[in-house]
This record gives sequence, structure tokens and C-alpha cells, in this order.
Amino acid sequence: MTNKTVLHAKHLEAGAKMVDFFGWDMPINYGSQIEEHHAVRRDAGMFDVSHMTIVDVKGPQAQAYLRYLLANDVAKLQDKGKALYSGMLNEAGGVVDDLIVYFFDDTNYRLVVNSATKQKDLDWLAAKAEGFTVTITERDEFAMIAVQGPNAKAKAGQLFSAAQNEAVAGMKPFYGVQAEDLFIATTGYTGEAGYEIMVPNDQAADFWQALLDLGVAPCGLGARDTLRLEAGMNLYGQDMDETISPLEANMGWTISWEPQDRNFVGRDVLTAQKTAGTDKLVGLVMREKGVLRAGQKVTVEGGEGIITSGTFSPTLGHSVALARVASSVTDHAEVEMRKKWVTVDVVKPSFVRNGKSVL
Amino acid sequence: MSNIPAELRYAASHEWVRPEGNGIYTVGITEHAQELLGDMVFLDLPDEGDQIAMGDDVAVAESVKAASDVYAPITGEVIEVNEDLEDSPELVNSDPYGDGWLFKVKADDISEVESLLDADGYAESIEDE
Repeated sequence: MTNKTVLHAKHLEAGAKMVDFFGWDMPINYGSQIEEHHAVRRDAGMFDVSHMTIVDVKGPQAQAYLRYLLANDVAKLQDKGKALYSGMLNEAGGVVDDLIVYFFDDTNYRLVVNSATKQKDLDWLAAKAEGFTVTITERDEFAMIAVQGPNAKAKAGQLFSAAQNEAVAGMKPFYGVQAEDLFIATTGYTGEAGYEIMVPNDQAADFWQALLDLGVAPCGLGARDTLRLEAGMNLYGQDMDETISPLEANMGWTISWEPQDRNFVGRDVLTAQKTAGTDKLVGLVMREKGVLRAGQKVTVEGGEGIITSGTFSPTLGHSVALARVASSVTDHAEVEMRKKWVTVDVVKPSFVRNGKSVL
Repeated sequence: MSNIPAELRYAASHEWVRPEGNGIYTVGITEHAQELLGDMVFLDLPDEGDQIAMGDDVAVAESVKAASDVYAPITGEVIEVNEDLEDSPELVNSDPYGDGWLFKVKADDISEVESLLDADGYAESIEDE
């Protein structure tokens, strides 16, 4: 059984090439993946991310539950609408999923989790809720459209009501606000400014069309992958999964170690791993011809590793990758490509921000 | 259904061959092949003067999706390569039978070309995939 988002017909209408994405029939591109990528870096593009799962967590113990469930600490959230990125870990310290949590008050939060892991996540959320007074509700009455790029906010703003524009005026990155029918968040997966907008299902096609009429380019999963990789953002299932610790996935910054008496799932194992040391996720840059690909072997000073995500970077004009390698890594690595070993640069896992190289 | 010009000959591995006269043939990849590969990012072409034999992997078409070998459809000497692809690999996507050609071969044995598929044969071969 193939799932379809409420925007499926709009994708077909635009001539999208559709692929199966973990049970969802989704657009991979609408012609040229590279042109879609450039549209987001230079102007404005949009993605149908309605397949992602929205879950509301409410109740007197919502905060206590999330402080136990997540490696990052929702108690840090003080401003209404502020969002937090976190791993949701298992007892072995592996990543069950990565997610964004929005704070409204201590009894009211919203999570956005991956579609590929939807049922597993819902089961996990329910299992860990035992003993907490919370209600967990999936909100599948919303579609979600990500509008991203230097001109994305201005273009989307033309579709907002006066009240909605007032609600988002001056909103900093990583906040979300319910404004009339829309939940508008300054989040994204591209390294550009923009919004992720939750729209009631019955309004989604019209909203998509209105963005299209404003010249916002529809972008598929192909461009979404090259954009997130240039931005150094992990893809669940590829750069980390249940067998990988956040410490090995460049997610150390999402673990709140303080206060030390906060118990969260996986904490003991993470503490031991931190003492013992782990592999780490780095960026690789190859300026010569060729494309680094997931699964290629890497040799570094004092150890080995593997490329978890690799691509041609349309913004930079050469290949970049994320690789998990021994922590003894220096500033060069060797990658096995098509039966020969190629020397590449090792950098922090971030390549492009706001349209510009950060190399 | 992708475009398969009737005047060309084809290898089942998705290369096309066009006679230019004097035993010279232009080689490229088909529209179907570029559709499968997606946006092209690099072409690794043979050198002028290389001797190539039918079935050898002589070039690599690297797209956003994958690196794919290109096989010599005929035996002979490479006499010219498409230098424009160095800066504009997307020509293989936008004009696979025209500006997106890969290289030209002086054939050792022009009867080899007769053993390649015609347009109908190639159309059938990709339907079976």
C-alpha cells in the first residue's frame, strides 16, 4: 500500500518524477534536481514534507516525560514557540530518531519526527509514556510545506493574512507560532532562511499553487538531500540509526549533560562512551573530478571509517561527504573510489550556509 | 517513451552511434540512459588517440545519482572528445543526441556497426528491462 500526501496530484500536475520513499509516493525531482537546488540557494524553493509526522504531547507531566525521553533538555525552552533539535535514544544510546520539539508551555509541546520511522516512533513514544500523565496525539490533519531560500520568507509572507504576518514579524530562527489556520516555523533542512508551514489538509493544494504562482520552485527529494548535505545536516537511517550513538553522529551538541541528576533514556551508556571515546562524523571535501558516495571506505590516520552520505555539491561544484571515522583523524583522509584511493580534505561537517561556502 | 532516433544504431548498454562518413562514428548515451541517471555532473572521457575495443569500459558518466560506465560500442581509435562537457556536463541531459555527444571513433571494422541494434531493437531492449 503506497501512501500519498494531499499534494500528490499537484506533483503529478507539475510533471514530477515520483519514487517510493519508505512507503510514500514522493517527487524525486520536477525535471532537474540541480536547478531545484540552485533555486533554494539563490531565490526560493518549496518541498512537500507532509509525509513527516506531527505529534502533540500534552498533560501535566509533558515536560517530565520529554526530559526523560530526549537527550536534549526541554527545560531549556523558556520562550513560547521556541524549538529544540534532539535525538530520541534507546537504552543502548543508539538513535531511535531525531526530531524537533516546539515548546508552548510546560504542559504543551509539539514534535515533528521522520516519516520513515513513523510507526516505530509512535510505538516508542507510547512505551516510554508509561507512568507519565501525558496524552500523545498524531496530527495527520495537517500537510506540511517547507519554503526555503533567501526570498522564501518574503514570498510566503505575501500569502499570509495581516495577523499571520504580525505573528511572524521578527521571529528568530527555530521558533514556531500558530497563527490562525497555519502553524508557521522558522525551521528547515537546507541551511537557508525560510519557513516550515503546517497547513490544514483541505487548504494545502491551494497554498502550494499560490506559492507556485509567486515563482517558488517546487523541489523534490533529490534537491532536499543535496541541500541538507551541503548544510551538514544528518539524514536519519543514513548518517545515524539505532546502532549509532549521537556522539558518533555529530550530535554531541544535542546532549544536555546538565543538570547531572536528569535521567534520560541512554544516559548511562552515553556517559561511558564519552569517557572511552567514540568514532566521529566529519566532513570530506574532494575538489577533483568524481563524486563521493555513501558506503565508500575511508582510511584516516590511526584508523578507518566509512562515508555515510556523499554527493556532488551543486553550490560548490565538487563533491562533499559525511564520513564516520576514527577519532584520531587528521586533516586528510583516503577514500576508496572505483578501485583506487583518492586523498580528500577533512573538515567540520558543514559546507554551505546561506548560499555561501563555509570551507 | 523516450526519443530513439531511427537513423542511429545502439548498444544494449545504452550507447548510440552515428555515422559521420569516412569510417568515423560519433558516440553518445541515449535519452533513456540520461533519464535513468539524472543530472550529469562529470564525464570522464577517453583520451584522443586511445585504441578502444567493442565492450570496453572507456568512459564514466557521473550523475547526482550514480557513476555509470560507458562502453565502447565499436572498435577503433578515439579521434576527438567533446571538450564542452568539461564545463557543461548537463548537455548530456538536455541534448543527448546532439551537443551532448561524448567522443568520435575511427572504426577499425565498419561491419561492427551493422551488428548493433537499430532503433526498434533498442526500444525493445529497454522495454524488457
